[in-house]
Amino acid sequence: MASKNININLKVWRQKDAKSKGGFEKYRLENISVDSSFLEMIDVLNEKLVNEDKEPVAFDHDCREGICGMCSLFINGRAHGPDSLITTCQLHMRTFKDNETIIIEPWRSGGFPVIKDLMVDRTAFEKIMQAGGFISVNTGGVPDANAIPIAKAAAEEAMDAASCVGCGACVATCKNSSAMLFVSAKVSQLALLPQGKIEASKRAKNMVAVMDEMGFGNCSNTGACEMECPKGISLAHIARLNREFLIANIKS
Amino acid sequence: MTKLNSKIPEGKLKDKWSNYKAHQNLVNPANKRNLDIIVVGTGLAGGAAAASLAELGFKVKNFCYQDSPRRAHSIAAQGGINAAKNYPNDGDTVYRLFYDTIKGGDYRAREANVYRLAEVSNAIIDQGVAQGIPFAREYGGLLDNRSFGGALVSRTFYARGQTGQQLLLGAYSALSRQIGLGNVTMYNRTELMDIVIVDGKARGIVTRNLITGKIESHFGHAVVLATGGYGNAFFLSTNAMGSNGSAVWKAYKKGAFFANASFVQIHPTAIPQHGDFQSKLTLMSESLRNDGRIWVPKKKEDAEAIREGRLKAENLPEEDRDFFLERRYPAFGNLVPRDVAARAAKERTDKGFGIENNTTKEGVFLDFKYAIKRLGKDLIEERYGNLFQMYEKITADNPYKTPMKIFPAIHYTMGGIWVDYELQTTVPGLFVAGEANFSDHGANRLGASALMQGLADGYFVLPYTIQNYLAYEIGTERMVPSEHDEFKKAEKDVETLIDKLMDIKGTKSVDYFHKKLGKVMWNNVGMERNEKDLKDAINKIKEIKKEFWSDLKIPGEKNALNVELEKANRVADFLEIGELMARDALNRDESSGGHFRSEHITEDGEAKRNDKDFMYVAAWEYKGDDVDPELHKEPLHYEEIEVKTRNYKTA
Ligand SMILES: Cc1cc2nc3c(=O)[nH]c(=O)nc-3n(C[C@H](O)[C@H](O)[C@H](O)COP(=O)(O)OP(=O)(O)OC[C@H]3O[C@@H](n4cnc5c(N)ncnc54)[C@H](O)[C@@H]3O)c2cc1C
Ligand code: SF4
Ligand code: FES
Repeated sequence: MASKNININLKVWRQKDAKSKGGFEKYRLENISVDSSFLEMIDVLNEKLVNEDKEPVAFDHDCREGICGMCSLFINGRAHGPDSLITTCQLHMRTFKDNETIIIEPWRSGGFPVIKDLMVDRTAFEKIMQAGGFISVNTGGVPDANAIPIAKAAAEEAMDAASCVGCGACVATCKNSSAMLFVSAKVSQLALLPQGKIEASKRAKNMVAVMDEMGFGNCSNTGACEMECPKGISLAHIARLNREFLIANIKS
Repeated sequence: MTKLNSKIPEGKLKDKWSNYKAHQNLVNPANKRNLDIIVVGTGLAGGAAAASLAELGFKVKNFCYQDSPRRAHSIAAQGGINAAKNYPNDGDTVYRLFYDTIKGGDYRAREANVYRLAEVSNAIIDQGVAQGIPFAREYGGLLDNRSFGGALVSRTFYARGQTGQQLLLGAYSALSRQIGLGNVTMYNRTELMDIVIVDGKARGIVTRNLITGKIESHFGHAVVLATGGYGNAFFLSTNAMGSNGSAVWKAYKKGAFFANASFVQIHPTAIPQHGDFQSKLTLMSESLRNDGRIWVPKKKEDAEAIREGRLKAENLPEEDRDFFLERRYPAFGNLVPRDVAARAAKERTDKGFGIENNTTKEGVFLDFKYAIKRLGKDLIEERYGNLFQMYEKITADNPYKTPMKIFPAIHYTMGGIWVDYELQTTVPGLFVAGEANFSDHGANRLGASALMQGLADGYFVLPYTIQNYLAYEIGTERMVPSEHDEFKKAEKDVETLIDKLMDIKGTKSVDYFHKKLGKVMWNNVGMERNEKDLKDAINKIKEIKKEFWSDLKIPGEKNALNVELEKANRVADFLEIGELMARDALNRDESSGGHFRSEHITEDGEAKRNDKDFMYVAAWEYKGDDVDPELHKEPLHYEEIEVKTRNYKTA
């Protein structure tokens, strides 16, 4: 396929740091190959800015393969941009039209304060994980792997939940900034497996408590999170989280 | 005279690790909480080590440059992880896994280390399952395996195409638990800038907070580096954007020897470069070569027409296609090992038969037409559906209809810091684990063994061996860095370095230099090397380095988040690492594994090893910035293995 180039206009959110007030800056880029990824387009912008003695736009990214969960960005009003089941690094410029104006903003949520420009602080997710996103087992002294048979269907469903990349698109998309989809993915993965079942309700309770503490809102079952999740994490996990949470409350 | 003591324990190969464990020194539980361990890196090696050491009772400080330990580069691994469980009952044993790994590395790895790796491999799978990793299962509820990279047994465990992700999340969950319990202090978005040596021992590190720019010191009774590979010296690679060689390079400059720097793995099936602005290369799983046929046009004018879009690949008649792997290697065909497949593709594109419309005109076809005809689309979809989808997202081409375009890419570095059997470097108290050390893969790494090595080091080797060192450190009091000259000096050095970078105020961006270095590395220190090109590379890299230090431009401030400054730090080191890689490749006047010298080719085009002169680990000692490093040799002995020529023609 012969590649094509397009020109684009950008409106990019610039913010010096968490305390400063931010605003949009306009840029125009010419001759962007439609085969470039969205982040490569920002690389081009940044190279241009550096050459003009200006500070490049700060944004988060690392693997650029859709797996580390580090890239973010609200693009034209959607988390990870106008395509489904992808992270921003998997978005390509062929999705856009010649001379289109593209608006780029950081994840917006009280739980994720802006660090600079398009970079936000997602350590609230870390805190939630530290409260219970694990099976309490030490290294060594565990049984042979095949001593715990697990039904294929359960393993597959656990794997569906486990594929969450911790990106936070669900939070950024939710009008309440709820972190339920993220939390439910972890709770669900471990509750589906016999090894994790033992601590299931305690885990749910602890993780939800910290989630509330970190300032994430309630889930009102609108389902926007599921639609923007790059890994297709299902709302059904939220139901499982609710069940575990309920059991935990009854028990106490 | 060599200063290398590999500390391989006495006894028969199969008893060495048990003997070691039976006789090493241990630290009493009450003393453990008085000992601080610094672990840099949160990938499989670092994450597993930090969690396990904290579980034992040590106080651990763990560092990564990303915003979360879960984003370490290990997360990207796709295929799987090896273990000698023999669940399929097809005759696997610890010895067989050991043997395959040594042979795969072309007899350039240390026998005792590799045996131990094979020995602990099974415990890794047990550990992962206990942590809740949803490995693939059979209908009976037991674990499923698949085979990988030509092994004769099925020993690869996997979690869909996301094995690295799941293994890392397992280690991360164990780590999160320890952070929650207060046993690990986690430092995200923090980059190692230097290593502090006090009285000859590693005692801490200096870091830069990537958000505030603050330079800080951290004390540790021991320091562990698990910072991954340095493949990004090539600029384009399958590595994550932030992957760097800086931590190991600082270690090298502080006295740790750097081993086998030139051993780089090139993966044959990545998506080719599409343009000058490309930032990285994406891997397509090796498994595709099971059913895809690799070809380029026979005639240059056809290749040109395809590149220019005047001719569609699917319309090129059969007789005009050159299935070059099948032609050159009739016995193995498209399934030749990674290094051979990669070199053959380069040979064709060098001759002008490349098919991709990019500046380098590099790329070959991987065609599924024949397999679809033979097996049906459904079966192909079942086998490779997710990969086909990923390919389509990136290229907008449908591989069911038109052949995929692929090209070799830098993937993994087998070289790294020299460590002994205990994973300790030539600097006492400084340990290196995972891809960052040189130890287990020799000149070539087999598929599914990097994950195994990272976790083996982190869960099952370091937690034992580090105690043998720390047992003598229980009397050493915690240091307050601000009260120690060595820490103060190291901090000052870092400040000076940063000021020096910021003050250049030249005209070129960091990426400009990184790309320039990458080109030299790829052309001269890439898939095929020779004396002239390597010498040329050393000179060229020196020139780029000079230009870098006189014409670099970094906008912004140093005491704030400054991505350009972060990159500049890393590229400054890549420039020096690149030079050492070329030097190491030049010294190794033989072909072995991923290191292919065009002067040493057998009659039928294979790599020609020279065991008589080069059966050693090349460990380089830093002697000063403008002084040539000194080469030390650790001879390799194979007691339990017969050293043979790798043969791809029969088996
Ligand atoms: C696309 C791809 C697919 C792969 N597939 C497989 C596979 O199927 N099977 C297999 O066995 N292997 C595979 N590999 C190889 C394997 O993934 C890696 O070799 C392995 O994960 C490396 O682990 P590690 O713990 O040594 O380092 P990494 O996971 O790279 O971790 C490095 C850590 O160090 C930190 N760090 C680095 N530098 C600094 C610094 N200066 N300061 C502070 N922190 C720092 C990082 O933040 C990170 O936490 C694959 C590799 C790639 C690229
Ligand atoms: S649930 Fe989906 S959107 Fe939310 S963090 Fe996980 S992967 Fe991202
Ligand atoms: S950069 Fe890793 S998911 Fe996008």
